[in-house]
Amino acid sequence: MKRQQVFDVAAVRSIIADRKDMAGAMLPILHGIQEKVGYIPADAVPMIAGELNVSRAEVHGVISFYHFFRQEPAGQHVVQVCRAEACQARGSEALAEHAQSVLGCGFHETSADGQFTLEPVYCLGQCAVGPNLTIDDELHARVDADKFKRLIQAKREA
Amino acid sequence: MSTNDIVTIYVPRDSTALALGANEVAAAIAAEADKRGQSIKLVRNGSRGMFWLEPLVEVATAAGRVAYGPVAPQDVAGLFDAGLLSGGNHALHLGLTEDIPFLKNQERLTFARVGIIDPLSLDDYLAHEGYVGLKNALAKTPEAIVEELIASGLRGRGGAAFPTGIKWQTVLRAPAAQKYVVCNADEGDSGTFSDRMIMEDDPFTLIEGMTIAALAVGATEGYVYVRSEYPHSIATLNEAITIATARGYLGENILGSGKSFRLEVRKGAGAYICGEETAMLESLEGKRGVVRAKPPLPAIEGLFGKPTVINNLISLASVPVILARGADFYKNFGVGRSHGTLPFQLAGNIRQGGLVEKAFGLTLRQLLDDFGGGSASGRPIRAVQMGGPLGAYLPQSQFDTPLDYEAFAAIGAMIGHGGLVAFDDTVDMARQARYAMQFCAVESCGKCTPCRIGSTRGVEVIDKIIANDERPQQIHLLKSLCDTMVNGSLCAMGGMTPFPVLSALNHFPEDFGAPSEQAA
Repeated sequence: MKRQQVFDVAAVRSIIADRKDMAGAMLPILHGIQEKVGYIPADAVPMIAGELNVSRAEVHGVISFYHFFRQEPAGQHVVQVCRAEACQARGSEALAEHAQSVLGCGFHETSADGQFTLEPVYCLGQCAVGPNLTIDDELHARVDADKFKRLIQAKREA
Repeated sequence: MSTNDIVTIYVPRDSTALALGANEVAAAIAAEADKRGQSIKLVRNGSRGMFWLEPLVEVATAAGRVAYGPVAPQDVAGLFDAGLLSGGNHALHLGLTEDIPFLKNQERLTFARVGIIDPLSLDDYLAHEGYVGLKNALAKTPEAIVEELIASGLRGRGGAAFPTGIKWQTVLRAPAAQKYVVCNADEGDSGTFSDRMIMEDDPFTLIEGMTIAALAVGATEGYVYVRSEYPHSIATLNEAITIATARGYLGENILGSGKSFRLEVRKGAGAYICGEETAMLESLEGKRGVVRAKPPLPAIEGLFGKPTVINNLISLASVPVILARGADFYKNFGVGRSHGTLPFQLAGNIRQGGLVEKAFGLTLRQLLDDFGGGSASGRPIRAVQMGGPLGAYLPQSQFDTPLDYEAFAAIGAMIGHGGLVAFDDTVDMARQARYAMQFCAVESCGKCTPCRIGSTRGVEVIDKIIANDERPQQIHLLKSLCDTMVNGSLCAMGGMTPFPVLSALNHFPEDFGAPSEQAA
């Protein structure tokens, strides 16, 4: 699915210019772009490749290798549910099921209203108080079905 | 104590405490004190590592710090009514923090300051034996620092348990104009959070340890590779680096010694494999996190082709106490060839989860029962996974194994990064085995075939076993596949994924529908 991606080209250009002389500049540049734009637009790839003097294939290879980088815009909020062992031991699979039914979408998908993108995450480092999730930058621990509904409702009303 | 004295109240800023509402509690305390016209000093300390009690509020009294927890914002007014500021009694009153058995029975060396100090107060750090190690190191030759490390018996805390001092010696002896120190803070193993706690709760310890490493090997630049899932760690560490640099403990001409060391935080991007040291180097160089073949060792040809010390965060954070107190002090903790202490992490279905730093040699059962207090659900603990997603599942019959590297290797398990995940008797071990293979399929870097293809085939074979589709043949096939992965994979990802799979099959054959003699 390829659609026109509109983004702040000047901002991306200045991020690349600011960071291209760092040792191993690729990841810092990609992080900078994703922080600013929310994802890595396809049109940013040749810009990065040109400045770092690598092929577009190499840039694309790096973006697609790392789970963190997204190539499409996410929903308004990103919900990441931990699915690793320590949270499994505390009921995260039930939470994962519940999250999908409340949001009406699967993992790696966005809810129909475009508000929430649901993603798995493998460990948030809060392993004694799971099941854990993040909504955007906020961490939440001991999330049961009720708490999940409350957190989502609060975001919907915000 | 008169009401005019300014009382110090501690509310943690550790991210687990934040996830449980510590910011809201801190705000409620400030508002309540204000409302009552009482002056307080609110310190945002690190966590003591007793996570079932978070948010844990402490009050400084003449007798010592008094703890209350877990505190919710709505408890705050009642706490003030009960005389919180003088350590008064209340349903959440836990007595002196230091006397809580979970904490009292620990041996905190690496974590000595964690939870006690304000993580970003360099003066607090200095007042608690901070930078004593660096000052001692500055008075030594690089060779003498390395000797001290070798003598301490410190082994790599990331899991491989290679002697840290020997690694440093190799880098010291490698001639090069540019060398690097890299800290592996890509703490991706589920059930581990000790790296995160150091970064958030006592970051100067890591900075000091890395600076000593740089002096020892002659490096002038360093990187901390932190996973993107740890935004709080990245922020705290960056602030600490700025503070240490401004005060002359980092950067050019450290403490007037003429030695320089620049340190930078680099953010990962959600790839578990980048915790493997050579994949991490690739990532730092701006490439896909694909594992390198060894040799050459990173100590000889590491980051950007230069000699590089790569240590786990806890190894580096253990260096300051070794240089401050001496190798003998550290070496005298532990058993056999496992010297010193390890910050164990109690996670999963456990009643009292958190951080327990102890000398090697106690048993898993002591950790689970004496510290952990059994399962959180109240049901029997059936299995424990030790050492992350690549670690073996241990049954009850192995809970008396002493926690030392060699004893664990002898039962086909590993201590790894010291994280343990407890499961109660509702766990389905065939599902856990399937998850291990699936995780490997998702996270494999794809360079070698046994890992890339083997993990996907592994999921399929386990699905057939679960579905009772030619079960005996499929079990045989699974074992053969695991043998290929163990012996044919380039790194621990493919090479150790069979550990959780086979341990689940061997110790819990009934979950696979297999009689025990068949699985043995």
